[in-house]
This record gives sequence, C-alpha cells and structure tokens, in this order.
Amino acid sequence: MTAVIERPVLGRPGPADTVRQTLSMAWRQMVRIKHNPFELVDLSLSPVMFLLLFVYVFGGQMAGTTDQYLQYVLGGLIAQNAIFLTMYTGTGINADLRKGVYDRFRSLPIARSAPLAGKIFADLFKQVWSIAIMLGLGILMGFELRSWAGALMATLAIVAFALAISWVSVLMGVLADSEEKVQIYSFVIIMPLTFTSSAFVDISTMPGFMEAWAKVNPVTHLADAMRGLLSFGPIAEPLLWTFAWAVGIFAVTAPLAMRAYRRKMV
Amino acid sequence: MSTDNAIEIEGLTKRFGDLVAVDRIDLTARAGTVLGVLGPNGAGKTTMVRMLATLSRPTAGTARVGGYDIVRDAPEVRSLIGLTGQFAGIDELLTGEENLRFIGRLLGMPTRDAKARARELLAQFNLSDAADKAAKAYSGGMRRRLDLAASLVGRPRILFLDEPTTGLDPRARGELWELVRGLVADGTTVLLTTQYLEEADQLAHEIVVIDQGRTIATGTPTQLKSKIGGQTLRIQPEDHGQLDGLRALVAERFPDLDPIVEAGAITVGVNDDGIMPTLAADLRDRGIALTEFHLGLSSLDEVFLTLTGHRTEADDEAQPEEAAK
Repeated sequence: MTAVIERPVLGRPGPADTVRQTLSMAWRQMVRIKHNPFELVDLSLSPVMFLLLFVYVFGGQMAGTTDQYLQYVLGGLIAQNAIFLTMYTGTGINADLRKGVYDRFRSLPIARSAPLAGKIFADLFKQVWSIAIMLGLGILMGFELRSWAGALMATLAIVAFALAISWVSVLMGVLADSEEKVQIYSFVIIMPLTFTSSAFVDISTMPGFMEAWAKVNPVTHLADAMRGLLSFGPIAEPLLWTFAWAVGIFAVTAPLAMRAYRRKMV
Repeated sequence: MSTDNAIEIEGLTKRFGDLVAVDRIDLTARAGTVLGVLGPNGAGKTTMVRMLATLSRPTAGTARVGGYDIVRDAPEVRSLIGLTGQFAGIDELLTGEENLRFIGRLLGMPTRDAKARARELLAQFNLSDAADKAAKAYSGGMRRRLDLAASLVGRPRILFLDEPTTGLDPRARGELWELVRGLVADGTTVLLTTQYLEEADQLAHEIVVIDQGRTIATGTPTQLKSKIGGQTLRIQPEDHGQLDGLRALVAERFPDLDPIVEAGAITVGVNDDGIMPTLAADLRDRGIALTEFHLGLSSLDEVFLTLTGHRTEADDEAQPEEAAK
C-alpha cells in the first residue's frame, strides 16, 4: 500500500557534517538547560559562595583590607571556577554512556566525535555564564575592572582554556564506571592543583619546593592572566604560558579520550 | 550477496576474554521480513545486535547488512539501520517532540522537515497528546514507543529491535506489536530479539533459537512449533503413585508425543488442542483424580527443555532439588 521510502546511503560524514552534528548535539544540551533551569542556579551557587567567603573571611588577613584582597583574588577565583566547571562535562558524558544514549548516537550515520564535541561546546556556555556572575558580583562588591575589553579577552581566554582541559574530564567520563567516581577523581586533582597556585595567595610566601611547583602550575598562569586582564599586572607572558599549557594538555588528553571512547566499542 | 537478503551473517563470533558470547552464528533475514531471535537472558542476543548495529566489532566471522560489511562499511551500514536497544536511548529531560526533532537535526534534516517528521511519528505512535511533555513523565510503554519512533526518524530500511517489549504489560506489548507489523507492511526488514516465544510467534516470519551463543534451532514459527509443540499440556494426578501409569497412558494414546514426568506432573508439548477432550474422557473412565489439567502456550523455558534437554540458565539451580523429590 505505502511505497517503500528508500533512504540514500549516506556514507562517511565530512567535516561540514561533523560541525553541523556537533551543533545539533550542543542544541540538545541547551534544551536540557531550558527544561532544568535549576542547573544554572546550581552552577552559580558555588562561585558566589567562594567569592563572598574568600573576600569577607580571609580578605582582611590576606591583604590588609577585604577590598584590596578582592582586587587580587577575583581573577584567581574565576580561574579556579572555570577548572571546576569542566568536571560537569565528564559527569554528563558518563551518564549518557551508561544510559544507552550513546548507543543510539553510535548507531546513527554521524561523526564519531560529534557527541563529545557537542557536549564540550555546550558546556562553554556555562563558562561564560559563570564568569558573568562572578564579574557582576565582584563589581557590586567594589571590584575595579581594568577595562571591558579586558573582561571580553578574559572570557575568551577562559573559553579557550576550558575547551582544551575539558578533554581531561572527557577522558575521566569515558573511563570511570560512575558519575560519582568522575566527581571524586576530578576533586582529588582539581582541589590541590588550584590551591598550589597563585589563585589565592602570592606564591613568594610559599616554602621553596611549593613555590617551585606553583611557578609552573598552569593554574598560576591562568590566574595571573585573569588578574592581568581584569585588574593589574602583566598580561602577555601569563597568557602565553596559559595557551602553551592548554595546547599541551589538549594534545595529550584529546587523543587519549577519543581512543578510550572508541575502545568502549568492544 | 543476494539482493533478497537484508541481513547475512556467517560464522559471527564475539569473545570477551574466555567467554564466548556469540559462537559462530549463521543466519539470514530476507528483505521485508521479521527475523525473530529467541533466547534466554545471556544467550548472546544483545551482543549479536550490537555487532550488527556497528556498536561492537566481531572477534571472527562476517556480517552484511543491506549489502554492506558491518566492519569495513560501518558508516554505510549506519545510514541504513535503526536501533532500539534494551535501554532507552532517549533524553529524559527533553519532550517527546524534542527528542525526535533532535535526531532529525542530527541526520541533517532542515529544521522544518525535522519538526514535521517528529509530529508525523508522534501521531503514528499515538504520542501526540504527550508530545510536549518531558520524556521522564512517560509511562514504560510510551517510553518504548518514543524510543522506537526515535530509531525511525531517518526511515531506516533495516530495524534492530533488542527485546523491545521486555518489562511491558500485555496491552503495551500488543500496541508495540501492531506498530512493528505496520513497519513491516511498509517494507522494513526487522531483526527482533525476544525472550518470549509468543512474541516471536506473533511477529516473526523466521525464528532462530539461540542458547549460550549458539544457534540451536531455526525455522518458521509453524515448523518450530511442530518440532517443539506450540502449547504445553500439564497434568498432575492427585495421587503421585499414578504418575508413571498416567505417562504410559498419554504415550499410548498419542504415540507422536513425548511426555515427561517432572516435578510431580506430566508435561507434554502438543499442537492439537483437540487432545484435551479425548484425554479428559480417558481419565474420567479410569477414575484418575487430577489436581491440575492445564493447556497453555509453551514458555521459552519449555522450548529449551525440548530442544536442549536443559532448562534456561536461570532455572538450572532448581533442577537438583526437583530431581531429589
């Protein structure tokens, strides 16, 4: 009765298809936020709390006045929060993998990388959202922004850095057997990494071995770059180091994550 | 390959370490038919479907889907198939309509076409009223229907359904069967795995029974039923002492059948329900009192008992206890 509708055999997706499919994947993530706006509240709570607690609890002792500490620490807190945010990329991928959503994706004629890339891409929106929240609250608290161009540059730099280090989270998301494990692994790595940097304190006050590590820690470079762009201090050098780290981390973890993802196909 | 065959599998094998999940399976599905793969949990059904749907690579053997090799031509295979797995591949936060529209967009449909296709499928699957509700609010049957619809967005010519009705109530199961029949009428080839003999009987043109990764029987539903008995008659005498006599009586009256004494009752696979009145009269004449006299559809378990001499894995542990009685 009904004619058979023959689907043309599509074959392998090209680069343009990959980009389009990645955007469709990102669209799904945005629709998820639309249906669950609490996710944005959840994302905003921790940066707001960190900012208030660090400035009004530690600020006086750290820098003499809370206002002076605010000028120093906001860039560091933005850097720390950006790194923590990338954890959600891994937990989201882990949940989709376990629920069978990726089985459907992998049975479709789409690029292998599109589901992962789409998730990373959509999560960049959360990065922009968080930096806006922290900058906005910071300014209300008396933060003296160096320039709006700097704020824009800082946002772009955070997005670029997040794009690279998200692959660490993807790798954990693919390898771990539960979301909780992704969270624990991330926490164990991110917490010490962000604290042994210039994010919250002047590293010259640290003992020698710690200072030596803090000097090369990528979080130090990112925090210094944020400080440079948003408040005071050098910009070019920390920014350059930040990108060098980002490229390095990407070059190592992205292929590892893609390999682990393909290996899931046993 | 012959253009009449949508799926051709030769010596397909999958090993996970020492475990052979799929063991040299051969089978073919003619285009436009339903191939039922019947087997208990752990028989290797899902592993086989995952290989055919390009989610997993075979350890040995080959398979062609729509004429394309599942390893070498995986992208082409993916453009021809739809997959509905045991675990729903839908996004619980998205509405039914968004789930389908999302797949349409992924497949490269313009937004308007993706929307139209989503509405069309929702109507076809009787989900229009729930189109704008989040999928997490759907009942089990609605979820399976949405999942099936999601696998059909790209109008696949070959559809893999991995235990599509496991866990559904009889009404939801019947609704899903109707949908599958409609797809086949439109020319889709379906490979369906199931644990239910009734489901394979209802839908499949050809059935393959697998156990522990191996094919143990193939045939049309009619052929299989004549081999194993489509129905099972269970007779339990009040006095256990009469069991052997009763078995002899059944064997004598119906020499084609092979009655088995098990767990204090006689079970026998039958094809002709006319046997009931004949046997009832015999038993009345001999004054044998019964506690059970029951004719029902054979369960997968009974099919296995007939074909392999052992029950499905899950019941193996129960056997020694029964033998001791």
